[in-house]
Amino acid sequence: MNSLILNTISKTLLPLLVLFSVFVLLRGHYLPGGGFVGGLIAAIAFILHAFANGLNETKKILRIHPGFLIPIGLLIATLSAIAPMIITGEPLMTGLWYEKDIPILGKIGSALFFDAGVYFVVVGICLTIIFTISESV
Amino acid sequence: MSEHLTIYPIIVHLLTAILLLLSWMNPKVQRYISIIGSIVGIIVGGLLFSQVWTEGIQSVQLGNWKAPFGITMVADTFAVTLIVLTNIVALAVSIISTRNMVSSRLKFGYYAIFHFLIMGLSGAFITGDLFSLYVWFEVIIISSFVLLTIGGRNIQIEGAVKYFTLNMLSSIIFLTGIAMVYGVTGSLNMAELSRIIPEIENQGLVHTISLIFFIGFGVKSGVFPLYFWLPASYHTPPAAVSALFAGLLTKVGIYAMIRVFTLIFPLGEINQMILMVVAGFTIFFGGIGALVQKDIQRIFSYLIICHIGFMVGGLSLFTEVAIVGAVMYMFHDIIVKATLFLIGGVMYRIFGSTRLYDMGGLMDNYPRLSFLFAIPMFALVGVPPLSGFWPKVSLFMASYTQGEMFLLIMFIFASLITLVIIAKIWNSTFSKKPVEREKRKAFKYFEKFSFAEKAAYIVPIIILVGVTLYYSFFAEHFQVISERIGKELMNTEHYYNAVFGIKEETKL
Repeated sequence: MNSLILNTISKTLLPLLVLFSVFVLLRGHYLPGGGFVGGLIAAIAFILHAFANGLNETKKILRIHPGFLIPIGLLIATLSAIAPMIITGEPLMTGLWYEKDIPILGKIGSALFFDAGVYFVVVGICLTIIFTISESV
Repeated sequence: MSEHLTIYPIIVHLLTAILLLLSWMNPKVQRYISIIGSIVGIIVGGLLFSQVWTEGIQSVQLGNWKAPFGITMVADTFAVTLIVLTNIVALAVSIISTRNMVSSRLKFGYYAIFHFLIMGLSGAFITGDLFSLYVWFEVIIISSFVLLTIGGRNIQIEGAVKYFTLNMLSSIIFLTGIAMVYGVTGSLNMAELSRIIPEIENQGLVHTISLIFFIGFGVKSGVFPLYFWLPASYHTPPAAVSALFAGLLTKVGIYAMIRVFTLIFPLGEINQMILMVVAGFTIFFGGIGALVQKDIQRIFSYLIICHIGFMVGGLSLFTEVAIVGAVMYMFHDIIVKATLFLIGGVMYRIFGSTRLYDMGGLMDNYPRLSFLFAIPMFALVGVPPLSGFWPKVSLFMASYTQGEMFLLIMFIFASLITLVIIAKIWNSTFSKKPVEREKRKAFKYFEKFSFAEKAAYIVPIIILVGVTLYYSFFAEHFQVISERIGKELMNTEHYYNAVFGIKEETKL
């Protein structure tokens, strides 16, 4: 699609949307949001960019194949689930929390890493699907 | 660490699948990772089994939320034995997949999905929560759908559509049942349900819900009249995948059925009656179906249905002896059915076709292979002392002492018709003179295989036949295991105590 307006705005929107997706991801523990929604928003950012500037431009920004985000995300989520078994000897998926508050992030714990894993998996799957379809058309 | 061993069979296959996804571009490495993952799975399963055997039923509260609020993973003898067998079949399948799968299939992530499927199976076996069971069933269905369609031949897509539609339908029915149980009891923890359900006043409603569960699991396990998706789809994928499906997928349905109908809804007279009739017809139609088929993988598909009847029938009698028989039959069936489909795969490579008409002369050309193939076939019929014989002792005894002549006759009918079918296969593949026909050009026949390729096809069969022989000659081990399973299933307080962390005074 060759539209000057879309071209220009997509370049500005990409970092903004990715930033917003990270915000949604971090907000997700007590408020609406989380890894899944955040991942979708991030994927939309890249898809919009791909619509405006073509697939190759987006691939240049991403550098790696989006499919690789799937195992990475799964690995992060799995490790955060296994972590309590290794560190404190509690069952799988028990929440581990760092006691002090961290500025901006608030409390962090293993749940955040689990959500981050979900985030990467969602981005990876959405982009893989969309990229594969638009490549084959 | 050892107190969390219950969860390890799931984690092993999850991590294997992640490693496989990471090495997406490198099919050669994937083969080794998969085999190593399956071997680790067997070791972990064995450790868990020995722990359960010595210390009684094990449980883990996920996320440290105490039951009934969280999800509990429970490993009792039934579940762990199935996990060990699943991992053995998984090892066999991952070995044969190294050669049976063309690399275009590996490129689409065959191995990763395969390990997700094994993870789903392990999860379904050890979960102690109804909704979690549903989720594991979904993991199984989605992975198996990918395995069925990967490669994308027309016949595969056709089979997969039938498979997927019916299985999704059964999932919806199952989910409806879960919703109704939650509406009536307010809990989905299986152990807690076993205490709440008998106290409900409206037993008619409970009865209806139990039948909804039966339909849901019935589609998955392929009982009459819900079986027709099975022979329409199981022969379409490559032999490795069909072996996995034949060995394990229908058995998950039976597992869920046995679990739900012993723990949550103990069978009443009417349900027993329904299950018994269904079991009888399953045997009858499965057997008749197998008799008229001319394609070897289709014959085996119908035989799966026929022998599902043994397990449903054993459950329907609902005595300890009968449950022991059903469970033992299940263990035997998992191994033998997987072996048969692998054998079907080898025959396809030898003759270039799966039709009985095109086969012949196996005995003269491959005498040692024929001997190897004969063992699981005779085990299937139940020729003593091979493995099919031992569970039938318990099943026949239970149905005779209960006076259920209909079921007894159907059991005998199943054994006879299996004998007839195996004799038919024997005639046309082993002893008949081979049909002279043109060799297919772009097809790699077994005789042209290199040594490594031959090994990849034969070693898994040897492993599985080894397990069958072990079962045959040390049947008392399986008898002891099954008797303990029977005790655990019929006395639900052991399960309840394990889930709620109540110390038991008397151990099994």
